[in-house]
Amino acid sequence: MLMYVVRRLLQAVPVVIGTTFLIYFMVFSMPGDPILAMFGDKTPSPALYDQLAAQYHLDQPFLVQYGLYMKDLFTGNLGTTFSGESVGAVLSRTFPVTLKLASMAIAIEFCVAVVLGLFAGLRKGKFFDNLTLVIGLIMLSVPIFVLCFLAQYFIAIKWGWASPTVGADTSFSNMLLPAIVLAASLFTTSMRLMRGTVIDTRSRDFVRTAYAKGLPGRRVIPVHVLRNSLIPVVTNSAANFGVLMVGATVTEGIFNVPGVGNTLYQAIIRGEGPTVVSFVTVMVLAYVAINILVDLLYAVLDPRIRYA
Amino acid sequence: MTQETSVTDTAEPLVSIKDLEIGFQTGNGFVQAVKGVSFDIFPGETVAIVGESGSGKSTTATGIIDLLPSNGRITGGSVMFAGKDLTKASKQEIVRVRGREIGYVPQDPMSNLNPVWNVGFQVREAVMANNMAKNKKEADKRAIEVLQEAGLADAERRMKQFPHQFSGGMRQRVLIGIGLAADPKLLIADEPTSALDVTVQRVILDHLESLTREKNTALLLITHDLGLAAERASKVIVMYQGKIVEAGPSLEILQNPQHPYTKRLIAAAPSLASQRLKSQKIVVTDAPQGDEIDLVAASAHRHDVVEHADHGGVPAIEVKDLTKVFSIRKGGFKSEPFTAVDQVSFQVPRGTTMALVGESGSGKSTVAKMVLGLETATEGEILIAGKDATALDKREMLAHRRRMQPVFQDPYGSLDPMRSIGSIIREPLDVHKVGDKQSRELRVNEVLDEVALPRMIASRYPNELSGGQRQRVAIARALALKPEVVILDEAVSALDVLVQAQILQLLADLQEELGLTYLFITHDLAVVRVVADDVAVMEKGKIVEKGNVEEIFANAQTEYTQKLLDAIPGANIPLGA
Repeated sequence: MLMYVVRRLLQAVPVVIGTTFLIYFMVFSMPGDPILAMFGDKTPSPALYDQLAAQYHLDQPFLVQYGLYMKDLFTGNLGTTFSGESVGAVLSRTFPVTLKLASMAIAIEFCVAVVLGLFAGLRKGKFFDNLTLVIGLIMLSVPIFVLCFLAQYFIAIKWGWASPTVGADTSFSNMLLPAIVLAASLFTTSMRLMRGTVIDTRSRDFVRTAYAKGLPGRRVIPVHVLRNSLIPVVTNSAANFGVLMVGATVTEGIFNVPGVGNTLYQAIIRGEGPTVVSFVTVMVLAYVAINILVDLLYAVLDPRIRYA
Repeated sequence: MTQETSVTDTAEPLVSIKDLEIGFQTGNGFVQAVKGVSFDIFPGETVAIVGESGSGKSTTATGIIDLLPSNGRITGGSVMFAGKDLTKASKQEIVRVRGREIGYVPQDPMSNLNPVWNVGFQVREAVMANNMAKNKKEADKRAIEVLQEAGLADAERRMKQFPHQFSGGMRQRVLIGIGLAADPKLLIADEPTSALDVTVQRVILDHLESLTREKNTALLLITHDLGLAAERASKVIVMYQGKIVEAGPSLEILQNPQHPYTKRLIAAAPSLASQRLKSQKIVVTDAPQGDEIDLVAASAHRHDVVEHADHGGVPAIEVKDLTKVFSIRKGGFKSEPFTAVDQVSFQVPRGTTMALVGESGSGKSTVAKMVLGLETATEGEILIAGKDATALDKREMLAHRRRMQPVFQDPYGSLDPMRSIGSIIREPLDVHKVGDKQSRELRVNEVLDEVALPRMIASRYPNELSGGQRQRVAIARALALKPEVVILDEAVSALDVLVQAQILQLLADLQEELGLTYLFITHDLAVVRVVADDVAVMEKGKIVEKGNVEEIFANAQTEYTQKLLDAIPGANIPLGA
């Protein structure tokens, strides 16, 4: 078990190096001069320009810049943004917000998908099954910003059940509305996966054996069908979680959530290489960690999976 | 008074089934699977239902306690049990009967235990569901007891283990334990041992027999094996196409069958036949007509053939000190060598059949793979017609494979479902660039004739064919290249007895006609007797005994071979015919 975790973490090393290198290279090759961009329509004096270029290592060749950056990264210095704030501080301000929003959204998505998928599978081909399919497809096909605006207008403004924007108050109740919207846009795939595996599991031999033991249906379904059907749903929800960790830029923008999505977007537009790469590195690490956690969760759900 | 010759003196039947009809809703409409079946089971009695797949025997068994798949439905008749008609019972009533009154042991031990719960949990569940214990602690105690009764000696230690940590035989013991957990009055065992090795099968059936006798539990045994049924049951019911064609005391059925179908079943059962099968073409005068294949009548002494065989010349296959070592991962970065095949040597003279017999894991299939060149040997020599086959380059290997073709066990898995029969048979000709397009088509028709399939089948697809037809296609594909050697890896194990008999007959005919040499891999000694000239018995990678089939059957030298021989069901039942 421990060996397995160590091995997975070692595998993450080339992943982190590869992704940071790619991102750094892409930001580096973006057109436009970041120092000129800092000054807007003014032009800095050549002396000031050179000083800034030296400060941000912009006068060095690409590989040296990347090497210097990686050195800083591993000594814990994530650098500063062009506005002078340390990247570490920006991360510690925005990352927890996004983490909270993503966790809430995935928790809702997972529960809704499991419950609806289970009942749709048990009532295969009946009205409830078709109803969830239609609703799911609508949620999947409507663009997220439409969902956001509809929720904002009806639930927040017209009926006044929630605050239309999040702003500085990132409490649980204040973030519930964007979390629900994110969940609504994501649950369909997990729900259909759940439905499919429930139908499959129900016709398995061991379910018949469970009935043959004399167990009533109300015990067979949760004990022998539900648990066996969870693995594909866990996989899908975990992948969704990874996607949300990168920041739901549109949703965060519309509900004014101070998460990584917004900050990252601004940093890319301004060509702030170090900021972007620092964010991405942290996200890659978070993604790898989530995947290891999910793999360990598999072993809990299915004892045949044992890591040695 | 009753006129039944029941083994017990009870007048009242435990279960009385009258005119039971069961059907399935399928894509092609409603299909009737059981068409008016009636029989009684008396307390403590063992009744066996015998039939081929699709005869409705399992459907009848699962229909009794309403365990039919969701598209199945009872359309008529009654199942009277303890004064109640189970076909009309409510859901709650059926739940009360299941487990508590009627236990069930399913067919496939691999798929019938839930992989995500430990074994103790699954047995405890059966105990608790039938009110055999008041609390978890008591249930645990009872579960251990149940498993010990079912033959798991170290049950206490194994309660926390998961099904995948158990062997097939152990899982079947767990399932038997679950079936008997609440001391039911009737136990339905649906092919309880057909997925197991013969020796394990024997132990499990012996155990089941003594358990049910001890507790005076009635047993309804579903099986495709007439020998097994006759050996284990006091009463045998033969089913064919959803109907009972014959029923009665087992010895009487076996020695004096009345219905033609029963006669065919008995004739086709290799476990009941006694001698080597030879080409039917030679015994045309006393061969039965039509599609009836009689292994007993058709088998005659092949001594002359074998003696005429080229014993002095170069053997078709010669294997010397063949060894295969696999490395098994032990977790982490460690691995451990495992010797699957250990210094195996044998010779197969041209034109004869050599059977390689053993239980699963004995290494027999690994030998076959190495002879075919699908697995490289760690050590040793394989000589095919005197030529070393272990050190070939790519081009030589291709030529080598042309002389040697395999037929595998599962005719459903070994044919590509996306390709027509014609193109499946033609593929080896294409690969080896034999002749032009026209001559290849001609050859396809030729081999289809050889395996007695109509030529028009070439344009059809595997899913349109029955299991027996598919296996004929697999043989045709193997024959397309005119090989000298055919390796048959459990080639008849997945087939029903009647189909199996036809394929065995076909193989004997082809051998006679084409002078083929067979290496026949099987776990079934009963088949060996009717198909092979020589036999080698493998255990744990080693050949423990080899020699002429008749000698070995008459006078086995090792305990292991004797154990395998004893395990053939029904072998010791005298046939009336």
